[in-house]
Amino acid sequence: MNITVQPDKLTAKDFASDQEVRWCPGCGDYAILKAMHKSLADMGARPENTVFISGIGCSSRFPYYMATYGFHTIHGRAPAVATGLKLARPELDVWVVTGDGDALSIGGNHLFHALRRNVDLNILLFNNEIYGLTKGQASPTSRVGQRSPSTPMGSIDSPIEACTFALGCGARFIARGIDVQAKELDVLFKRAREHKGASFVEIIQNCIVYNDATFSAFTDKDVAADMQLHVKHGQPMLFGKERNKGLRLNTQTLKLEIVVIGQNGVEEKDILVHDETNRVLAGLLVALRPPSFPEVLGVIYCDPAPMSYEAAVKAQEAQAKLKGPGDLDKLMRTGNTWSVT
Amino acid sequence: MLNAVARKSRRTRREILRPMNLQTDARKGAPGDGSVNKSELDSVVVRFAGDSGDGVQLLGAQFSQETALAGNSLATFPDFPAEIRAPTGTTYGVSAFQINFGSRLIKTAGDQPDVLVALNPAALMVNYKGLRKGGLVILDSGAFKEKDIKRAGFAIDPRLDGTLKEFRVLEIDISAQALEVAKPFGVSQKEALRTKNLWTLGLVSWMYDREMVSTMDYVTRKFAAEDTVRDANIAALKAGHAYGETHELAGDIAPVSMPSVKAEPGTYRLVSGAESLAWGLVAGAQLASLELVLASYPITPSSPILHILAKLKQFGITTFQAEDEIAACCAAIGASYGGKLGVTASSGPGIALKTEAIGLAISTELPLVIVNTQRGGPSTGLPTKTEQSDLYIAVWGRNADAPIPVIASSSPGDCFDVAIEAVRLATKYMTPVMILSDGYIANAAEPWLIPSMKDYKPFKVEFHTKTEDFHPFIRDPFTLARVWAVPGTPGLMHRIGGIEKDYNSGNISYDPANHQKMTDTRAAKIDNIANDIPEQTVALGEAKGKLAVVGWGSTFGPINRAVSNMRDQGLDVSHIHIRHIWPLPRNLGQLLKSYEKVLIAEMNNGQMVTLLKSQYLVDAKSLLKVSGQPLKIEEVSSAIRSLLGSN
Ligand SMILES: Cc1ncc(C[n+]2csc(CCOP(=O)(O)OP(=O)(O)O)c2C)c(N)n1
Ligand code: SF4
Ligand SMILES: [Mg+2]
Repeated sequence: MNITVQPDKLTAKDFASDQEVRWCPGCGDYAILKAMHKSLADMGARPENTVFISGIGCSSRFPYYMATYGFHTIHGRAPAVATGLKLARPELDVWVVTGDGDALSIGGNHLFHALRRNVDLNILLFNNEIYGLTKGQASPTSRVGQRSPSTPMGSIDSPIEACTFALGCGARFIARGIDVQAKELDVLFKRAREHKGASFVEIIQNCIVYNDATFSAFTDKDVAADMQLHVKHGQPMLFGKERNKGLRLNTQTLKLEIVVIGQNGVEEKDILVHDETNRVLAGLLVALRPPSFPEVLGVIYCDPAPMSYEAAVKAQEAQAKLKGPGDLDKLMRTGNTWSVT
Repeated sequence: MLNAVARKSRRTRREILRPMNLQTDARKGAPGDGSVNKSELDSVVVRFAGDSGDGVQLLGAQFSQETALAGNSLATFPDFPAEIRAPTGTTYGVSAFQINFGSRLIKTAGDQPDVLVALNPAALMVNYKGLRKGGLVILDSGAFKEKDIKRAGFAIDPRLDGTLKEFRVLEIDISAQALEVAKPFGVSQKEALRTKNLWTLGLVSWMYDREMVSTMDYVTRKFAAEDTVRDANIAALKAGHAYGETHELAGDIAPVSMPSVKAEPGTYRLVSGAESLAWGLVAGAQLASLELVLASYPITPSSPILHILAKLKQFGITTFQAEDEIAACCAAIGASYGGKLGVTASSGPGIALKTEAIGLAISTELPLVIVNTQRGGPSTGLPTKTEQSDLYIAVWGRNADAPIPVIASSSPGDCFDVAIEAVRLATKYMTPVMILSDGYIANAAEPWLIPSMKDYKPFKVEFHTKTEDFHPFIRDPFTLARVWAVPGTPGLMHRIGGIEKDYNSGNISYDPANHQKMTDTRAAKIDNIANDIPEQTVALGEAKGKLAVVGWGSTFGPINRAVSNMRDQGLDVSHIHIRHIWPLPRNLGQLLKSYEKVLIAEMNNGQMVTLLKSQYLVDAKSLLKVSGQPLKIEEVSSAIRSLLGSN
């Protein structure tokens, strides 16, 4: 008789470390942390096989609050450390937690390469459009005009949109969620973990101290329904309080446009159906920015490659080992040698 | 020399027409290895020089191989430009390869060549001034066209205006000779001309009675896919040899054979510093029972380490070409965090980029081996030339109090043991360790008694698995090393990072007294390594006396030879060679104080001297050189003479 021993079912609490959480009260990071505790428990993740690696920033304190393995590294370099860990230990579940400054300013290069190499990492970028930890300077995602201690007259450099960056880097899993939407985050976390290869999740995060309400144009309760488009693979991209607004492809301009079912002869069948494997569509979706368009949320793009980076590395190594294990004494004696007696 | 030739009687009498002039009168007093008063030739220095596209490095490497197989001691010095293929005929495009070989122990590539093989006017321009007076110049007259001569910067043909009057000159139209033999194989004009390096090798192989089998094997392998090129090259090689045999060569050069050197019994090979270092890392990982992950970003002269290890996947080695040196260092740290041996290799500018990450490894107390193959700097500096100017950055070059052990290798073969020692210290003390090699060591080759792994004592790493009272900064009471608990181990989940940690729990701590204690502990852990490394010995001479010449790294050869020569002349001088740069050997301070004078010779602007002064308040003098060229025996000798007042 076969008995399958179920590992003890863990709860969210089992994923919370004993360390006191030190974010500002009301910081969006709390909600993300809580969602993660619960998600990991639901997924049946094992704390000993789970590693959180972060850079530097408020968001990067995340690993300290997880009862898993954790490594708080240096500013911007978490994807590089995580790549090394994954090369060493492909079987581990490795998560990277990073901020908009950490990932897109000092660490832009590492994020780019982790994504293009397709290392099997789950990368969570907490985007608060500000440098939280260093007290509120503009970040690469801050919008033009953002006033901050370093940009007293308003930021002038054009921001980078995180998901657009990821798509350009060759990421094959791109998703976006909002800090307080635990249910939706839960889905994104699970999907990211299941995806073999680099998964990129942008989490819209409110910094209550230095950039409060910067996302209110789509996060405020009264506008949320009209300003958030939650996409699901195979379903028409509808939104709005009455769910009568949708996206349609204008074949003339090759742009997406908002249409309303029932107006100007628009029918439900005219609404574009989300296909998460379509990279062109993903490109159109990540280009939509509020307030002209709703914020696109959910799994925007998912098209797994046949093999993730570290798997390909291990495959080459396995191939090299087919000729037998290395023998150093022998290696050093190959080629031209001579004997002295 | 005659004796030497007579002893090895493979040649017929007719072939030993007469020894080269260079081996008799002119050679006395200033032979290539800097010794004096030797009545017979026991070593010779040959320098090959040509255009970067002439295949001079291959020529030199193959000649070294033949020479090693003949049982001679040797040292080489590949000296090439930073440009891959500089415009033909320019002086900055000249690539050279110097070899010093002999029937006695050779310690340097030689101060002054006895023979210069110049494959074009630019090669002559750059190198003739370094040639010993009375030395032999062999030149490819086919490359001495009017425009080539002008391009090299000679106003008048140097063969005609007395420029070379102090040397003996042998002109051969090597280009035409090579073309003539190679063309019939149906190779292109260009390919045919490119066989001139092998033609030259044939000639020089004849001169020194070298077997060419290893070169033929090499050519056969290299051009396995191109029959005609292979055959043309082999024909050129043989033709060069035959040319020597059949031409009278104006009586200027005749074959010389050189008896093999007396060496310890065993199996030998030629090894470059890059090779022995890479193999040493493999050996170290095996002794530690760890798999190795090398993360690196290409940079001269460090890249060969990446290339070599990339081919050794069957040894359980993972190599990763990162996006930059920061990522390379971070990935190596990630690998060590995961329970592998993380290694990163680079040179000056890349080492600078790694410094922040090295600090992270220091703070999180993870093992990490950083290989620094030094080159001329600052900034891009002299990428293909050697220097020892990264001593400060190795010992002191990080933000905050961030000590790490630093070990320097003294020769190509020594890199093997240095690498093993670095792995041992990194894993035993849970610390980054920096290896200092340099461009000279990395590229040079020397005969090497191949080690056997069974002669090395394993130092197997034990990961922590005990869950009771666990925290990540539990320390070994003797080594002060923290436990190595790797992800995947049940019950040991923990968080580490660059923020200061509480001594007793490993949790984040901003407590002032704790930071003091942790800083002190990190320093004590490294200082304590002084008790785990050998005491400083004297490489040559007595443990006290009038003068100690102190060196480190690749200057071992010239210093040792100079001290040996000066001792032969009756001077009271000793040689101290420091391998462990940090922490310094525990008796070094005492030892230095037992000499009246201390001279520190190094290829930088005074870094070791500053270090030793800061540690021991010794009143040391300096011999400094930063020309991108290795230290010469004569430079050290004359510094010794002037300090000991015997000119
Ligand atoms: C090398 C280096 N440069 C600068 C800093 C200072 N620094 C710490 S966090 C940070 C920005 C963090 O912003 P972000 O990544 O958006 O994280 P947040 O705090 O907003 O979560 C900066 C500049 C540092 N720690 N290291
Ligand atoms: S500064 Fe902003 S991001 Fe940082 S903890 Fe406070 S609220 Fe959160
Ligand atoms: Mg931020």
